[in-house]
This record gives sequence, C-alpha cells and structure tokens, in this order.
Amino acid sequence: MIALLKRDLALAVRAGGGFGLALAFFLIVVTLTPFAVGPNSATLSVIAAGILWLGALLSCLLSLDRILALDFEDGSLELLATAPIPLEGVAATKAVAHWLTTGLPLTLVAPALGVLLNLPEGGYLWLTLSLAIGTPALSVIGTFGAALTVGLKRGGLLLSLIVLPLYVPTLIFGAEVARRGAEGMSLDTPLAILAGITLATIALLPFASAAAIRINLR
Amino acid sequence: MSERLTRPTSLWEYANPRRFMALSGFLLPWVAIGTAATLLIGLVWGFFFTPDDYRQGSTVKIIYVHVPSAMIAINCWLMMLITSLVWLIRRHHVSALAAKAAAPIGATMTVIALLTGAIWGQPMWGTWWAWDPRLTSFLILFLFYLGYMALWAAVENPDTAAELTSVLCIVGSVFAVLSRYALVFWNQGLHQGASLSLDKEENVSDVFYWPLLLCIAGFVGFFILLILIRTRTEVRARRLQALIARERMA
Repeated sequence: MIALLKRDLALAVRAGGGFGLALAFFLIVVTLTPFAVGPNSATLSVIAAGILWLGALLSCLLSLDRILALDFEDGSLELLATAPIPLEGVAATKAVAHWLTTGLPLTLVAPALGVLLNLPEGGYLWLTLSLAIGTPALSVIGTFGAALTVGLKRGGLLLSLIVLPLYVPTLIFGAEVARRGAEGMSLDTPLAILAGITLATIALLPFASAAAIRINLR
Repeated sequence: MSERLTRPTSLWEYANPRRFMALSGFLLPWVAIGTAATLLIGLVWGFFFTPDDYRQGSTVKIIYVHVPSAMIAINCWLMMLITSLVWLIRRHHVSALAAKAAAPIGATMTVIALLTGAIWGQPMWGTWWAWDPRLTSFLILFLFYLGYMALWAAVENPDTAAELTSVLCIVGSVFAVLSRYALVFWNQGLHQGASLSLDKEENVSDVFYWPLLLCIAGFVGFFILLILIRTRTEVRARRLQALIARERMA
C-alpha cells in the first residue's frame, strides 16, 4: 500500500496538470467571487467562510475523475485488482493519494485566500481546521464516485451529478464550523459531527468503492 | 406460455420473470380500477365536499395532492433500496428492473410535491421557496433521483448498470438520511424553522382526514400501477434485446 501511495503521488506530481490545477481553480473561484457580489468588505467577510469551503469542494471535484480513470485506461487497475493487497486497500490508498495532492494543499492555501475575502480574525484557525478534518471525507466520497463511473466514456459530468448530493452533509457541517469560528460562536457540535462523518466515510466507503471497481472490471 | 405454471409455494417464485408477468398481468386491471375509484372519490370529496379552512381558505385543498405525492416520493426511494438489496443478494432480474422502473416515478412525485408546496406557499408564507429543512431535503432527494437515473442511462451493459445503481442506491440512502438531519441542524442556526415546517398531518381535523386518507390510498395504488406497467415494459424490453441478440447469432 505504501508503494502504491508513493507511485500515485509521484504520478500526480510529475505527470503535470492534476497537481496544481485544483489550487489554481481554487484561486480563480476566490478571485471571481468579489466580481460577482461586489467589493464591499463587510459583505465579503460574511460569506468568506462559505465561499472558501465551496471553492475547496469544487476544486476537489475537478480532479476526481483522475483518481481511477488513468489506471483503468492503461490496465494497471486490473493488475491492482489481482495484486495481493485487497481492493478495499487500493481504494483507500487512492483516496489518501488524492487527499495528499488536493485536499491538503487546498487546506494550506485556504487561509491565504481568506485574506483576499476579508475573513474575520478569529476564523483562520477554524477554517483551516475544518478543511483539514473535512476534506478527507471529500476525497473518500469522490473515490466512490470515481469507482462508479470509471468504465464510462464521458463520466466526468455524471461523476459530478452523483458526487455533489453526497457532499451535502460534509459541506453543511464543514462550512458551519468555519462560519461559527469566524463569528466567534460555540462550534463543538458541528466539529464533532464533521469529524464523525470523515471517520465513518473513511471506515466504510472503501468497501463500496472496491465493490464498484470489481463490478466495472468484470 | 404453453407450459403450465404450477402453484407457487414461496413469494420468491414471483421473481421468475414469466411468473411475474402472469401475476402482474392478472393484477393490472384490478389495481387500475381500484386506483381510479379511490382517486376519483378522494379527490372529488376533498376538492368539492370539504369546507374551506378558516385561515387558509381554499388553498388548504392542495393537501390532497401534496401530502400523498410527498409520501410516495420518499417511500419510492425506500422501495428502490429494498429491490436493490434483493438484486444484490438474490440476483432476481425483475427486482433490478423494478428499481429502474421506480426512479422516474419517484423523481416526478418529488417535483409534484415541490411544485404543489410552492403553489401553496406563495399565498400562505408569502414566498414560493424558503430554505426550510423539509423543502431543501426534498430538493436534495430530487438530485439523488437524477444521479441514479443518469447512472442507469450511462452504463451500457444492463447487468453492470443494475449492480452499480444498486451500490449507489445503498450508499445514497445513508447519505440522504444524513443530509436530512444535517439540514435540520443547519437551519436552526439561520432562522426559525418550526413555524414553517408545521406538521400538517397532526393537526388536520376530521373533515379533511378521511378524504386525505382516500387520496393517499389512491396515490399508493397509482404508484403500484405505474410500477407494474413500467416493470412489465422493462421485462419486455429485455426480452426483445435477447431476441435481437439471438437473431444476430443465428
């Protein structure tokens, strides 16, 4: 699994396109927001936490079809399926690799983009924390969506349609933590539920992803 | 159909497509008559022979379409979940086809519930739409139906499509329930939810109760009728494909 993780990371960094693309997209979303809602800093600071979460979520969505599609096309997914490690492990590793190349960088640049959107002082810590806790769930759910659509020719749009409704709970609680943090309210409950969603999806969804991959490879 | 069918000893024997077709063909006219009668009586009674509500006026009568369609919208997904599980566990093709047949009906019922709710909400709440947890969860349920149907349409091999959509239905059910509770939590922080999501059924008076019950029964019958017709169509389409494939082989 470690070897597979290293391979996926190396591919993501060296193959170009995938790695920086999500970050660039995130930057563009944040840049375009003030053009759409106006440069009034009071308005921006109200919606900053939500926009940053939404932007991170959409950037995450952008690279989902790359998780499995390339391996499916060149046949390495079939090799992985016959490899000694269980397919569930492969699905989990793929999700981890996706998070390390998408979720983690997005989390790290989010505070910097928060400055652009005039995020309130107290919000930075909670925004970063909520993204750090919530984005793994986005990667795991996304891997499931990618596993469902891996055999399809033009799966990209369908993937978004399937995955976005599944993202609803994560987005609600993640953005709630960031918003409450920015407003200085108590946020124990949404934080705990967000962590619970992430842990539960990490524990359970690789099994569903592996089942979907098996069906698609048959 | 020349071979005589023996009397079934177990419910699962209706999973045999031929037996299913025989039974559903026999049931179809009876279900149709029952549905037409209940719906007709329920709707006419509800629309013309119940008094106007003293606060809501005649808009209260939309309840006879709104509540049943909303119930069907939710329970249709539940039925798809069960048939998906049956397909994954026991491999009965009719089950998978029934799930496929149900999805558009559920999506349509969701739209009907949303539209009738909006039509009622405009004069009553003063708005067509509010981000109330109940309204929002129906919108999300509609998105789930869309994704499910899109996956059916996108996968070419029917067996692969059946399996993938079953997995999606099971995972989607968990997330749909999760979203429902997440939305209740989400709206508390924003504005009052209770005054909007008035639980209509608990304080409905006896005058409205019986026609409403009839309408719900009528909608359930209508749903069963549509499911039977659509599943029969799917079975026939599958047979046709098998015939075409056989022609090509020969």
